[in-house]
Amino acid sequence: MNGPTAVDPSATLPTPPAAAPTAEPPAGPGPALAPVPLRAVRLPAGGSLRWHPRATLVGGLLVLALLGAVIGALTAGDYPLPVADVVDVLTGGGARADRYVVMEVRLPRLLTALLVGAALGLAGSLFQTLARNPLGSPDVIGFTVGSATGALAVILVIGGGAAAVAGGAVAGGLLTSALVYLLARRGGTQGYRLVLVGIGVSSLLASLNAYLIARASFSDAQSAAVWLTGSLNARGWEHCGPMALALALLLPAALLLGRPLRMLEMGDDVASSLGVRTEGVRIRLVLIGVGLTAAATAAAGPIPFVALIAPQAVRRLTRATGPNLLGSALTGALLLALSDLAAQRLLAPTQLPVGVLTGVVGGCFLIWLIVRRWRGDRA
Amino acid sequence: MTAEILAKPAPAVPGPAPAAPGRTGTARRLAWLSGALLLLAVLTLAGIAVGARYIPPGQVLHVLLHREPASEDWIVVHHARIPRTLLGIAVGAALGIAGAMMQALTRNPLADPGLLGVNGGAAAAVAAGTALLDLRTFGSFVWFALAGAAVAALVVQILGGGGRASATPARLALAGTAVTAVLTAFVNGLILLDPLTLNRFRFWQVGTLAGVDSAVLGQVLPFLAAGGLLALLLGRPLNALALGDDAGHALGANPTRTRLFSLLAVTLLCGAATAAVGPIAFVGLAVPHLARHVCGPDQRWIMLLSAVLAPVLLLGSDIIGRLALHPAELQVGVVTAFIGAPLFIALVRGRRIAQL
Repeated sequence: MNGPTAVDPSATLPTPPAAAPTAEPPAGPGPALAPVPLRAVRLPAGGSLRWHPRATLVGGLLVLALLGAVIGALTAGDYPLPVADVVDVLTGGGARADRYVVMEVRLPRLLTALLVGAALGLAGSLFQTLARNPLGSPDVIGFTVGSATGALAVILVIGGGAAAVAGGAVAGGLLTSALVYLLARRGGTQGYRLVLVGIGVSSLLASLNAYLIARASFSDAQSAAVWLTGSLNARGWEHCGPMALALALLLPAALLLGRPLRMLEMGDDVASSLGVRTEGVRIRLVLIGVGLTAAATAAAGPIPFVALIAPQAVRRLTRATGPNLLGSALTGALLLALSDLAAQRLLAPTQLPVGVLTGVVGGCFLIWLIVRRWRGDRA
Repeated sequence: MTAEILAKPAPAVPGPAPAAPGRTGTARRLAWLSGALLLLAVLTLAGIAVGARYIPPGQVLHVLLHREPASEDWIVVHHARIPRTLLGIAVGAALGIAGAMMQALTRNPLADPGLLGVNGGAAAAVAAGTALLDLRTFGSFVWFALAGAAVAALVVQILGGGGRASATPARLALAGTAVTAVLTAFVNGLILLDPLTLNRFRFWQVGTLAGVDSAVLGQVLPFLAAGGLLALLLGRPLNALALGDDAGHALGANPTRTRLFSLLAVTLLCGAATAAVGPIAFVGLAVPHLARHVCGPDQRWIMLLSAVLAPVLLLGSDIIGRLALHPAELQVGVVTAFIGAPLFIALVRGRRIAQL
């Protein structure tokens, strides 16, 4: 990750890992390659479209991998289906049992995984860029824990159906992140303070969650524990629909703010001298990130680490500078779909909640980053 | 958390009133220490008096001084309240010392047994023991907890400081986060696959002094005493290391050896404490900051004052927990989080938080 300067309050220069690719050791595996220069295409209207050949290539590969994950998720399982049968079902035909398995079980779950993963990846990219720190992801600043508290309060204290639980999760997450944001705000929000306040608030809420689980009845505690881990088991169209709506609204909003976000990354002074109204843009971006995380959490519970990993992974794959919003969303979707596939099949017929898997994978990814960083320092 | 804050020529005391060197400083420290000790004594008596059954202070003294095995008060005091209070003091002191050591060792304002994976290691090992070997008593899983704490602490240290002589605070914190995350996921997996483990683990996981077997106190004390003694012996080398590895080396401290022994001490203190009462947050984080604020940068004083202030916080929290939902109880781990977290956030918001 970004080493000692990651949460450095005294830094006035941007310090994300790939912000200065020439100064960093090459990030990807394999032989050391020079970063590919940015290309710009002049548009006839006088504007320009910037593009990055390597990023485009990586994006294409991500889409291919996603296709593979989709095929895997729709065909594999206790009821294996050949690709041809799945295609039959998707085009409106197919046997009745096949239709049920694909349309009612596998497809909604897969779509939920993809949408939730995309939302988390995108939100992670927004938060990490705003905090100028990989640890600034929603996991760390308390959002996930807060929404877990909200959901637990509904499951264990108030009682209510799936919609109420989702509402509680969203409310808890929103309240928590607002609290963290307000507490961290003092003459502008600085990245490091946001992270630290987030850690404080989330430990507080984590212990509240443990208390709620301890005082609950056994069966409530069990369902709450599953929910807290983050799971895609038994997700249907009712989870998929709201998630799709949220993403359809928030993804374009985030992309529209991509350019000021890129400037914010260079520091508030630079950004405002380039004409960005920094606090206004920041608040809007935070709201979008919060909305994405809230929707994802409502649909699947607090799934750890996707928001942290996806932006970092895509950054290392593309070696592009600045936030890569679309790439992070794609990577998040791929990551969650693959994790869920593995979680379903690893101990089959027992289905692990996907959060167990992303937790292990995410932790190992962090460890890998640290080890890499250490080797880089040595060289 | 960052190397650069720490590299700044920071004033040694993060607070508005730097302790003057020399006699006034010592007088100030002694005043604080005696004040803290007095508070601890008061809280000890209160801890014996307060609970589901209130025993007035006069009666507490009476029961303490006279042996009346038939009286209900005597039974409550001697079989529940006293072991519980003493356990709170021992565990609190252990967490305070461990937190102070970790902050000194890593020069990291956020260092805490929880953050650097030690509690997570102990908890994961206990969960594994409970799930796979059906362990139920402290005596059987304390070794698991110690081993888990040691392995986690060592892995974090290797990951955070591997390759070079020095472990930077940011990398340590990151390594701690990563290791804790893997362990948490592992524990979640165990819990979800085995409902019985969930049922036992969920009560332990909150962190509570209530209902802990009174024999546990005797079993946990040797570990805590060994860890505490080791910690006090390490005060001087830790002071030397506070100036940086090179300066520390020049002053006669062996950085690697100091780190290893500190890790051993922290493992003993946190592993045993966690095994006894469950993971308790914020005591090891908040108290050393307070201690450093009032008594300056000398590690020996910080550890000493932390060893007294941390039980004050823990016992106070336990008493609050007994009163808050009377006659039901709020577990002490929840209360310390509610007291410690705002303190921590205030520290973070303060201007000089990061300077150690």
